[in-house]
Amino acid sequence: MIDPRVSIIQDRVGDINRIIAVTSGKGGVGKSLLASTLALLLARRGRSTGLFDLDFTSPSTHFILGVRETWPIEDKGIIPPLIHGLRYMSVVYYSKNRAMPLRGIEFSNAFIELFSVIKWGSLDFLIVDMPPGIGDAMLDLIRFVKRAEFLIVTTSSPLAFETVRKLISMLNELEAPILGVVENMKMEGSVVKQEVLRLGVNFLGEIPYDPVVENSLGNVCELLKTVFADSVNKIIEKME
Amino acid sequence: MHEWALAESVIKTVLKVAEENSIDKVTEVRIRIGEMQQLEHDVFKSALLCLKPDELKDAEFIVEIAKTKLRCGVCNHEWLFQKEGFEEDVLESIHFLPEVSHAYIKCPICGSPDFEIIEGRGIWVESVKGVRGSDRP
Ligand SMILES: Nc1ncnc2c1ncn2[C@@H]1O[C@H](COP(=O)(O)OP(=O)(O)O)[C@@H](O)[C@H]1O
Ligand SMILES: [Mg+2]
Ligand SMILES: [Zn+2]
Repeated sequence: MIDPRVSIIQDRVGDINRIIAVTSGKGGVGKSLLASTLALLLARRGRSTGLFDLDFTSPSTHFILGVRETWPIEDKGIIPPLIHGLRYMSVVYYSKNRAMPLRGIEFSNAFIELFSVIKWGSLDFLIVDMPPGIGDAMLDLIRFVKRAEFLIVTTSSPLAFETVRKLISMLNELEAPILGVVENMKMEGSVVKQEVLRLGVNFLGEIPYDPVVENSLGNVCELLKTVFADSVNKIIEKME
Repeated sequence: MHEWALAESVIKTVLKVAEENSIDKVTEVRIRIGEMQQLEHDVFKSALLCLKPDELKDAEFIVEIAKTKLRCGVCNHEWLFQKEGFEEDVLESIHFLPEVSHAYIKCPICGSPDFEIIEGRGIWVESVKGVRGSDRP
């Protein structure tokens, strides 16, 4: 017995120039906020960009973007709707605001199903918001989508960075490309940058703690005016 | 409907299996679809026919629907998925992505949302039959 869906995934992502997975060892370090802002800023620079929320059990990007009352179009597949200039996809279209508990194999099934039916079309960037850690999402992305580049988010905390160390070594072992590390909510005296460079990984930049960024959740115009967004803009220059 | 997207993946897989097994003429393809997916049988079959390339012109596609069996992780109760009793938009969501059922279904015995889909999820190419080329070494 063969799962036919797997064979079509490469075609479905075939017209996407770069797939960037925003990853971390821990939760709460700012992946979703960074992934959303990054996607919005790329779109504002005139790049055709998609955003895919792969954190099926705790999706958050719809909340950051303030997505309401939209629904993907079904046309011989699924076409993600355009939201704030982004092709945006999340399971919240279907799970509404309910919790959706998923164990490993079921996560993979949902992952394969979505990647085999979503028609992204031609994109310069697909930004993927990942759940934390070295789990199903990361392994499935490497196994089935193959071409994703990993952007790793950490805070200045040694506790967060300790998990990033493992993440980097695992990605290296899997021969998955690492785009670089972003240090979010940077604290004074942090040694993350030196540590990252010592591991031979790109340091993409830092984002300060922005005390007002929370006020802009759900309001994209406000979000793009924040110090947080300014910092992400600088990071984009290092990515290209 | 994503019947088409899935049909496309079936065609691609069949072509690949035929090539890997040096089958020159595919005569029969058996496909199983989990009931929970609620694929429109007719739409799916007509998609297969439309998408069928010349290489597969002699192939007959047999599509079977498999019952979807669920098992509770807490009390081990097993039961079959039935679409009766769900709202239309919920069924539509489950049709699109069966895992979404985890947001809507609970164990009928103990009420836990921690269940597994143990049978009849997704779509499977069960067998590809055909004739091998006689001029091959
Ligand atoms: N630089 C920052 N300054 C202030 N708050 C931030 C910053 N980065 C993230 N946050 C906040 O931290 C929380 C966790 O961010 P989130 O993007 O959900 O993390 P993750 O996706 O890694 O779990 C959110 O409330 C977010 O608004
Ligand atoms: Mg997140
Ligand atoms: Zn139970």
